Amino acid sequence: MLRFIVRRLVQMVGVMVVLSLLLFLWLRALPGGTVSAILGERATPASRAAMEEAFGLDQPVHIQYFKFVGRVLQGDFGPSTSVLPGTDALDIFLQRFPATIELSFFAMVIAIALGIPLGYFAARRRATFFDNASVIVSLVGVAVPVFFLGFLLKYIFAIKLGWLPVSGRQDGQLEATRVTGFFVLDGLLTREFDASWDALKHLVLPSITLASVPFAVIFRITRAAVLEVLDEDYIRTAESKGLTAKVIRGRHILRNAMLPVTTTIGLQLGALLAGAVLTERVFSWGGLGEALALSFERRDYPVLQVVILAAAMIYVIVNLLVDIMYAVIDPRVRTR
Amino acid sequence: MTTTTPRDTNPMDATPTDTSNVADRDKARRWQQGGSEPLLKVRDLRVTFQRQGQEPFEAVQGVSFDVHPGQTVGLVGESGCGKSVTSLAIMGLLPARGNKVTGTVDYEGTNLLDLSDQQMRDKRGKDIAMVFQDPLSSLNPVIPIGLQVTEVLERHRGMSRKAATPVARDLLDRVGIPDPDRRLKDYPHQLSGGMRQRALIAIALACQPRLLIADEPTTALDVTIQAQILALLKELVEDTGTALVMITHDLGVVAGLCDEVNVLYGGRIVERGERHDLFAQPRHPYTHGLLASIPRLDAPRGQRLNPIPGSVSDNLPWTSACAFAPRCSQPIEVCTQKMPELVEQHQRALRCFNPVEANR
Repeated sequence: MLRFIVRRLVQMVGVMVVLSLLLFLWLRALPGGTVSAILGERATPASRAAMEEAFGLDQPVHIQYFKFVGRVLQGDFGPSTSVLPGTDALDIFLQRFPATIELSFFAMVIAIALGIPLGYFAARRRATFFDNASVIVSLVGVAVPVFFLGFLLKYIFAIKLGWLPVSGRQDGQLEATRVTGFFVLDGLLTREFDASWDALKHLVLPSITLASVPFAVIFRITRAAVLEVLDEDYIRTAESKGLTAKVIRGRHILRNAMLPVTTTIGLQLGALLAGAVLTERVFSWGGLGEALALSFERRDYPVLQVVILAAAMIYVIVNLLVDIMYAVIDPRVRTR
Repeated sequence: MTTTTPRDTNPMDATPTDTSNVADRDKARRWQQGGSEPLLKVRDLRVTFQRQGQEPFEAVQGVSFDVHPGQTVGLVGESGCGKSVTSLAIMGLLPARGNKVTGTVDYEGTNLLDLSDQQMRDKRGKDIAMVFQDPLSSLNPVIPIGLQVTEVLERHRGMSRKAATPVARDLLDRVGIPDPDRRLKDYPHQLSGGMRQRALIAIALACQPRLLIADEPTTALDVTIQAQILALLKELVEDTGTALVMITHDLGVVAGLCDEVNVLYGGRIVERGERHDLFAQPRHPYTHGLLASIPRLDAPRGQRLNPIPGSVSDNLPWTSACAFAPRCSQPIEVCTQKMPELVEQHQRALRCFNPVEANR
């Protein structure tokens, strides 16, 4: 098991090197570029040259890359050029990351808590009204554009009914104390329970919006996996042993059905953590998704680099965790 | 106890002598004459598959047979004759949706078909257990063998897992799995085919059921392993007095193991008899054909094999004819006009208008 993890960690380093190279080259190949973004269309050649020299953009590409890697390894991505000019790009990332984690966490909890049980029951009641209805709901979940669902929920529950806040993560007037950057957790740690409650209320609509796609995917995969497992001979064996329905469900059906579901959850979680651009924009969430969109629009390379590199790293780490989970669930993977 | 203990009545390593023959017949007669109440009485068992958009299909059409305590009864026939469906219906393992089961399955005075799901769960694995065909797919791949044995003991004996573990160890030892302590922690994919089937047998026998149903337990195994597993089954049912219903298409298995044999065709029993009688004098053309189709090593060189022509898909409906008539070697006119009844006579039962001559 340990060897398995070490091997995967080494692979991870390789993945990150390739990723950083691709990212660097891709960003340099984009039309426009930092200098035009900062100085505008009418910059003089002299001012352009001065700017390029200041950013080291006049040097050969490979020198730029190695300098870039060297700085990255020291955590120095340089200051933001246009999103928040002058602020360290890494700080922008670190400040926004908890917002994204908090939102993704709640969205994922909703998606899993609904997707797995509903998927299981839909499979057990295959081709009944319940099954057909939930399959249609899950189809809607995938098919409705996230920004549309976000605006719809916001319009009904925040604007028309006024039950929930329209946007943001917390009411600024509360002046809540910050500890970890996770607002709900901060409120609990500092015993400012009203701050936690307010943060939770802010989370409801965005996390439901963000959960729609992962819920639909987890539901469908669970349903398909359970249907497949139900046909397996070992379920018949379990029934022939007279085991209780509870043991058969947990130990025999779900444990086997969780293999494909685990992979799905990992992929979805990776996607959420890498930034939910649309949801975060609709609810002005202030997370990575927003930072990604802004830095892209304004060609803020330092910020863009941090966000993309971090997103890739999150993806790789989540995948590693999925593989470990897989080995925990399935002994056949362990011995391979 | 190990599986290599020589047993004088083991037909796998000794050819039946005349004396064992007579003993077997005496035993059969005792059962037939009501020396003991049957443990299991199956009467007019019918199973109909009702699938959406399809004609209902009656896979089992009124099967009746008895199993006495300690008796081994064979259900023999080719694929699709309803033998496996019969066993699943007895166990209550057919899904409720899309299947209609009627008739009675009387187990010690209780009709199993009347029991609730919960009551049936209390019986399965404790009073009636089952061994399945493919040992790899019949074991849960992500659970250690040990737990797959102990969970039955936990369920029916109310034992803690800790208390059940040494019992499971002894069970694995009993069915001839070497190094049982290590095997408890192993997963199914780490065991060989024969060992997996031994593990399945250990699971089935864990609660000392009075009736064991084995559905083609050796079909997925190598020939050498087949003999070992059959010997093990025979030894275990004789030691524990467990009654065994053996479902197979393999007449070799029947010859080695069964006291009484039921031959099924198209969802109905066509012939029943004590093993030696049936093998010596098959009366139904189907049974006769099955026996004649076994290739013989001592056949003259160049002699052709004797298959039964056609397949189950040629069957006529039992309601208006003999289903076997289109494949029969000696049909007469009446065979395609009405259904022959199962007639009981001299400890034999036969469903045929034109049986094969005795002593032919």
